[in-house]
Amino acid sequence: MDWELVRTSFWPMLSGTLTATIPLALTSFVFGLALALVLAMMRISGQPILSGIARFYVSVIRGTPLLVQLFVIFYGLPSVGLTIDPWPSAIIAFSLNVGGYAAEVVRAAILSVPKGQWEAGHTIGMSRTLTLRRVILPQAARVSVPPLSNTFISLVKDTSLASVVLVTELFRVAQQIASSSQQFLLIYMEAAAIYWVFCLVLSSGQSALEKRLDRYVAR
Amino acid sequence: MSPADPLLTVTGLQKSFGDTQVLKSIDLQLESGTVVALVGPSGSGKTTVLRCLNGLETPDGGTVAFAGGPSVDFGGRVTRKQVLSLRDRSAMVFQNYNLFPHMTVLENIIEGPVQVQKRPRKEAVADAERLLERVGLAAKRHDHPFNLSGGQQQRVGIVRALALQPDLLLFDEPTSALDPELVGEVLTVIKELAEEKWTMVIVTHELAFAREVADEVVFMDGGVVVEHGHPDQVLRAPGGARPRRFVQRLLNPF
Repeated sequence: MDWELVRTSFWPMLSGTLTATIPLALTSFVFGLALALVLAMMRISGQPILSGIARFYVSVIRGTPLLVQLFVIFYGLPSVGLTIDPWPSAIIAFSLNVGGYAAEVVRAAILSVPKGQWEAGHTIGMSRTLTLRRVILPQAARVSVPPLSNTFISLVKDTSLASVVLVTELFRVAQQIASSSQQFLLIYMEAAAIYWVFCLVLSSGQSALEKRLDRYVAR
Repeated sequence: MSPADPLLTVTGLQKSFGDTQVLKSIDLQLESGTVVALVGPSGSGKTTVLRCLNGLETPDGGTVAFAGGPSVDFGGRVTRKQVLSLRDRSAMVFQNYNLFPHMTVLENIIEGPVQVQKRPRKEAVADAERLLERVGLAAKRHDHPFNLSGGQQQRVGIVRALALQPDLLLFDEPTSALDPELVGEVLTVIKELAEEKWTMVIVTHELAFAREVADEVVFMDGGVVVEHGHPDQVLRAPGGARPRRFVQRLLNPF
């Protein structure tokens, strides 16, 4: 085993993780979650048109490969005169994708809060929006932590797809080192290990967050 | 009590869910400072009346008019805003308390005054603490609802309603979810409110309690008011056959 190569390749890969993989995942998750909330509210609204649009969107996102979505945005849109740089392309594709998946999670979480909580909010004079923000979402948050953590962990790994639109994230760095050193197995295993460690950290973060949100929730 | 000056007048209130007509035509008059107990068998529409008064349900017909407004005629087109305007005058206490589990007792109580009525936080907290003191829960103000007994939770529910400074308090079977030994502490609080001349509508199965605190008992069955009047008259010597059977069943369940 070439420990020297493991050592020298580690820093570029770590740097790719810190400067691209993590920011890419975080940014897309935040945008995706905002989109998911909008989609979930459209689904719950009870208005057939809004609900239909949201349902259609979720169906398209979940029914097509993320890689294809990424290609459409980065390689496809320039044919209609819309050229988007690698970074924004990746963020747009990942955000739209996360939005579609998380929408169902957020919808289920909102519906899991008892109807009496909405009524209690209304009866003290709150509007629907205020009730949602002050009463429902804080309670829905606890329910949605496990499934949203799943979504986030998947997203972290999916950011490796950004390598095909030329974002220099962890996996693209690994590809470059592997082809120059010809040590494919070693380098790709090392890249896999870095993803894994990062996801382990996220999982423990999930447990801590669950515990924190559990404090005040009656079961 | 001057009958010429009702705080609330309800006429011909109707409400259907699907094909089921829950309220056929309800008339109610409520004098300021009096307590009305709504009694009757399950499914008779008592709770629905209460929910209509608080704008949680939109009636299909009839009018709900508060002295000094709002007055809403549900026979014609009604905007959401009109329905919500009813809520400014009343506050609701639920059977299952419906406290906000993620907030402390104090936060539960000041939520409406601060977030909706935009009163200064300091003032709302002072009011809330005074009210909590009154129901004997001052020490629990920083606890979360799930650390309280059912009776304590319901007392917080009552304080949350009082903190809104409504003209009318609505109680939806406030003791039905409680263990028998906890019923007393909640009824005591409601009785004290009656003595302070709060105007209240109470949906209840506690007939002895209704007889003690209510100025008027309204007996409902099948979406109509079957009998109403002084508690002794309605509950001790009901004129109609249905109220009589109902009262007897509640007094002698076996």
